[in-house]
Amino acid sequence: MVLGVCTLVFMMINLVPGDPVEAMLGESAQPADREAMRAALGLDRTLGEQYLDYLFRLAHLDMGVSFQDRRPVIAILGERLPATLELAIASLSLALVLALPMGVLAARYRGGRLDTAAMSLSLVGVSIPNFWLGPLLILVFSLWLGWTPVSGREGPASLVLPVLTLGTGMAAILARMVRGSVLEVLGEDYVRTARAKGLAEYRVIWGHALRNAWLPILTLIGLQLGGLLGGAVITETVFAWPGIGSLLVEAIQSRDYPVVQACVLLVSLSYVLINTLTDLIYTWIDPRIQWRS
Amino acid sequence: MDFSGVGRLAPVALLVIWIVAALAAPWLPLTPNAIDLPEILSPPGAATLLGYDDLGRPVLDRLIVGARIAFLVSFGVVALSALIGVLVGGIAAFAGGWVDLVLVRLIDVFLAFPGILLAIALAGILGPGIDNLILALTVTGWVGYARLTRAQILALKERDHVTAARALGVAPSRILLRHLLPLTLAPLIVEATFGVASIVVAEAGLSFLGLGVQPPQASWGSMIRDGVGYMLMAPHLVTTPGIAIALVVYSVNLLGDRLRDWLDVRTQG
Repeated sequence: MVLGVCTLVFMMINLVPGDPVEAMLGESAQPADREAMRAALGLDRTLGEQYLDYLFRLAHLDMGVSFQDRRPVIAILGERLPATLELAIASLSLALVLALPMGVLAARYRGGRLDTAAMSLSLVGVSIPNFWLGPLLILVFSLWLGWTPVSGREGPASLVLPVLTLGTGMAAILARMVRGSVLEVLGEDYVRTARAKGLAEYRVIWGHALRNAWLPILTLIGLQLGGLLGGAVITETVFAWPGIGSLLVEAIQSRDYPVVQACVLLVSLSYVLINTLTDLIYTWIDPRIQWRS
Repeated sequence: MDFSGVGRLAPVALLVIWIVAALAAPWLPLTPNAIDLPEILSPPGAATLLGYDDLGRPVLDRLIVGARIAFLVSFGVVALSALIGVLVGGIAAFAGGWVDLVLVRLIDVFLAFPGILLAIALAGILGPGIDNLILALTVTGWVGYARLTRAQILALKERDHVTAARALGVAPSRILLRHLLPLTLAPLIVEATFGVASIVVAEAGLSFLGLGVQPPQASWGSMIRDGVGYMLMAPHLVTTPGIAIALVVYSVNLLGDRLRDWLDVRTQG
């Protein structure tokens, strides 16, 4: 899987039309300069050689040197990663805090007014793109009320708006899925047993139902992180948040291919890693699931 | 959900307006790129309709042209992705063996990329333009349909009518096209409906990042991008295209929900 991801990224960068040397030097460059540049970047070799070299260097965590500021790509990634992690963890926490009660209550009072309200709200949340919500929040909270900084990453206050943008969008999707998972569990026999023996409703829900609904929810969170990381690209750009996402957009704009490649690799591989981890946790919390190799 | 009267019809009406506006745009007297200097940043009003942007271009005209782009891209991408996905998924499930193994690997690798990230990178590398935008979104979009079709066909191919067709000597391609794929249509329609909503957002998102439609052409995403700089003076530049996106996406999602209930499709993650 990891090899597949690396290969696809390599193919994407190398098989797509467009010459990076041309983009870097401009159309008026001398042919001799182009050849020199090509040799320096190793672009004059066959694709197969380049591919093997690429894999070999990846194994040593060498992602090349940025075309733009001539520093090792890995160092640039290292600088940008903490900001994205901070944003992702904070947004995920907010999403969970909002989505869990919303989804559980909607499932509990299925078809009722609370359910309708929660699901309508979440559908509205799903429909509002984060590149629109972001600027609106800036308009209201930064420009009109002056409570938060417009953009950048200075202090906890600057985290508020990006997290609201990303977290509420994710909460909207998650709430619908939590509702679905809980509804499924609420139809099980042991829930009926728990009710029949006279347990308080909140204990049935939180003690019995949710414990089993956790598994699908966990998988959904893992899968949602992909959306979170993708959404982070746009949200980071809106708020000039110095993370991996805005780095990717900057690199695309300056045709800095090594950095583009590294950003896509880093995000996709962490996504694969997270989903593998969720699978592992799965077998750990639910003894009914066995490893099959 | 509110299924009574207006609440039920509003989303459908909205979608009809969207599609009619998108299809009729070339024949409407629109001047999306005409510059009217005295009107720069004029707010919406009776005479100015939805107002004018920072270059003095009419927002309503640009909104309608943007509706056309959103429509072309989303329906184009969904149609292409569904076609490729159904073929790949159908062949994988029906052929089985090593063909299935290879295609499932391929699907898994594409699924390993989080959502829109691959599309952003691909659109960035391919360069701007509507055709590249459709290409980038299709490359990332077909996987969902492939996985769905494969799962459906796997469940269906042991059914009696398929065995009967095989016993009668019907060609495999004909079994796939005539006896299996029609039965997978309901979940595919639901998936495609939600697909339209997500591609509308994706197109606007890519255009917002400057990777989609190029100026002076109007897209809802690029209108928001251009409007952000004038938010304090002319918030309508950001609010109007945003409301357009949100309304369309909301209506399409609502339609998808209803279709799912109506066709009784169980969605699996």
